Amino acid sequence: MPVRIWRKPLDAEKAKPPCGEIHILKDLCKGCGYCIEFCPRDVLEKSEEINKRGVHPPRVADESRCVVCSFCTAVCPDFAIFVIEKPCEGGR
Amino acid sequence: MMAKQEEMGHPLEDFLRKSRMPHIWCPGCGNGIILHSFLQAVADLEMDLDKTVVVSGIGCMGRAAGYVNMDSFHTTHGRAIAFATGVKLAKPELTVVVLSGDGDLFAIGGNHFIHAARRNIDIKVICANNFNYGMTGGQQGPTTPLEAYTTTSPYGNIEHPFNLVHLAAASGATYVARWTALHVRRLTASIKKMLQKKGFGFIEVISPCPEIFGRRNKMRTGLEMMEWFKKVSVIENFSDPAKAEVSRDRIVVGEFVDTEKPTFEEILYETIKKVQEKG
Amino acid sequence: MSKNKAVLTGEHFLSGDLACAEGALAAGCRFFAGYPITPATEIAERMSLRLPQVGGVYIQMEDELASMAAVIGASYAGVKAMTATSGPGFSLMQENIGLAVMTEAPCVLVNVMRGGPSTGQPTKPGQQDVMQARWGSHGDYEIIALSPNSVQEAFDLTIEAFNLSEAYRVPAFLLMDETVAHMWEKVVIPPAENIKLVNRKKPKVPPEKYVPFKPDSEDLVPPMACFGEGYRFHATGLTHDEFGVPKTDSPEIQFQLVSRLCEKIRRNADKIVKVEKTMLDDAEVAVIAYGVLSRSALSAVKKAREKGIKAGLLRLVTIWPFPEKHIRELADRVKGIVVPELNYGQIVREVQRIAGKVPVVFLPKLGEDLHKPAEILKALEEIKR
Repeated sequence: MPVRIWRKPLDAEKAKPPCGEIHILKDLCKGCGYCIEFCPRDVLEKSEEINKRGVHPPRVADESRCVVCSFCTAVCPDFAIFVIEKPCEGGR
Repeated sequence: MMAKQEEMGHPLEDFLRKSRMPHIWCPGCGNGIILHSFLQAVADLEMDLDKTVVVSGIGCMGRAAGYVNMDSFHTTHGRAIAFATGVKLAKPELTVVVLSGDGDLFAIGGNHFIHAARRNIDIKVICANNFNYGMTGGQQGPTTPLEAYTTTSPYGNIEHPFNLVHLAAASGATYVARWTALHVRRLTASIKKMLQKKGFGFIEVISPCPEIFGRRNKMRTGLEMMEWFKKVSVIENFSDPAKAEVSRDRIVVGEFVDTEKPTFEEILYETIKKVQEKG
Repeated sequence: MSKNKAVLTGEHFLSGDLACAEGALAAGCRFFAGYPITPATEIAERMSLRLPQVGGVYIQMEDELASMAAVIGASYAGVKAMTATSGPGFSLMQENIGLAVMTEAPCVLVNVMRGGPSTGQPTKPGQQDVMQARWGSHGDYEIIALSPNSVQEAFDLTIEAFNLSEAYRVPAFLLMDETVAHMWEKVVIPPAENIKLVNRKKPKVPPEKYVPFKPDSEDLVPPMACFGEGYRFHATGLTHDEFGVPKTDSPEIQFQLVSRLCEKIRRNADKIVKVEKTMLDDAEVAVIAYGVLSRSALSAVKKAREKGIKAGLLRLVTIWPFPEKHIRELADRVKGIVVPELNYGQIVREVQRIAGKVPVVFLPKLGEDLHKPAEILKALEEIKR
């Protein structure tokens, strides 16, 4: 196991990551799984439902973990997922 | 978790020809990621869609031109850069981008690539390198790694592949970079940089092709191919492109060239001006 | 001295190649992409000198594949564009001639015909590419091809080629034999205002209503938007519908598209085709000739008349679309037709197809010499008997 040494930013207490609202265009999904696998915050998971294309689109497992990095949007080959910033409920 | 308002459109949908979506690319194909990255760059730079032309050749990535909401042209196999040369010289105020694949740009179109780079004509080339000819079912091509299996290298590829960034740099391109489809942020930043710069720019994107290439090479899914990129990619910005290998154990990515020299159309139009002034 | 640098109004002593280049400039050509090849190189040389003077672009490409592709690119960017080549280069251009046909890109291609096949005879005249001009690219299509027989016509027909190409959104070829290309003669360049120019039809609708490949019903030609004009259209070499969207598995759309690409030329053939008829009114025997050979043929016909043979000449100025109507009319009236060609039998097959039972005598010639009038005369005498 590689040892990871994280430096803690000085303003870590004050910094507030934004909150995201995830939109999944389910029927455009071809089920590659990139968004689920490469989300750095494990926000997404595979759903049980089967879409028009016969694959399991992702679903949101825990939206509160999303920090709107939008990596899912960028890595999706099918233009099937995007995130918009929303006001954080109760602050973060 | 309830489903969100699905009617809400994708932020880049105005940059796509909506009637043509969904695209034809296989699950896990990197072409959609590259297209997204390009359109994100266009959006971020607030480029004029009326003054941007996308040209592509033949092959999987050749279909990209048809998906963008800009003037676009799908040429014959290998001729995208030659066609783009005509467009750029006839209307130099247009931004001309070539989106195509490795087989199209470097086998059948290789000659046009090196000459366009030599002239330093202001054309931006984004190449999806998927290591084989996907559209025709996965044949060996100029970027297929040695020993890789394809439908026409059933005993393992016996040819050495091109190092595309080395070729581009040696031919005279003034911007050269390589990323994988997993380096989406760096790729978008790189495309933005290239679009803002004058001269011949080239970005190679190592792209997952699980359905055609991967499955014959022990990577049955896009995830497996992306994991490979993740595991072996190293960023070595401005290292010697001659040593920027793409192999099973190591993929060197980064920016390799970012230089300035007069572009072809600058010299051309300067010459025309001089000739006309002389009378 | 004319103020208009593109149109050098006045009398000149030029070769066919140079006259062709001047014709292109007078026609409004402002883009030339080419690759050196004997015997067409002088056109490129002249264009490299002259285009910058009129603000145009000359580029020497890496090969003929690229030249033709660049010409289509320039045409889609809204500029009148051309290339010039000879047999081997013409072979390489066939691929993108098909693309120009399919995407309806107006463009002009000059083929100075030398001896083939393959590298053949670079410096000798030939008419061996007339069928390649018609059928060289794959698939069904129609193009326009013109054949000058003098240096003056090299100028005039280059303008005509541009006009037809713009009007019908089709590649137009100038099939010039090496003899005409390298012959020097007097050329009269008229004042610019006397030169009739045709420009492609532009869309009359706003971008959101523009359907890029929807033809006008009267001429079957779609109005053409160009890159950078805000229409944001897509064009492809794949079979496409009127919106430019690839539709490769629809037999209906394939039929609709390919038939229209052919019919826009076939239905307008009467407007396109030009022939020159000399002493045909009472002719009993006739020569059908094109290019430089029409000059030998004219001489032969005159000599035949002196000998009391009622001979006439039908000169094909337009080779494609084939002047069928004129040949049919001729075949209805004469007892025999002589066809001299600088090849081993090309246009003669078309003539035979149309002439029906009328005897057609073919005079092939390969190598260097042109047909002497006496050879054609002899054939006229024999066919008379």
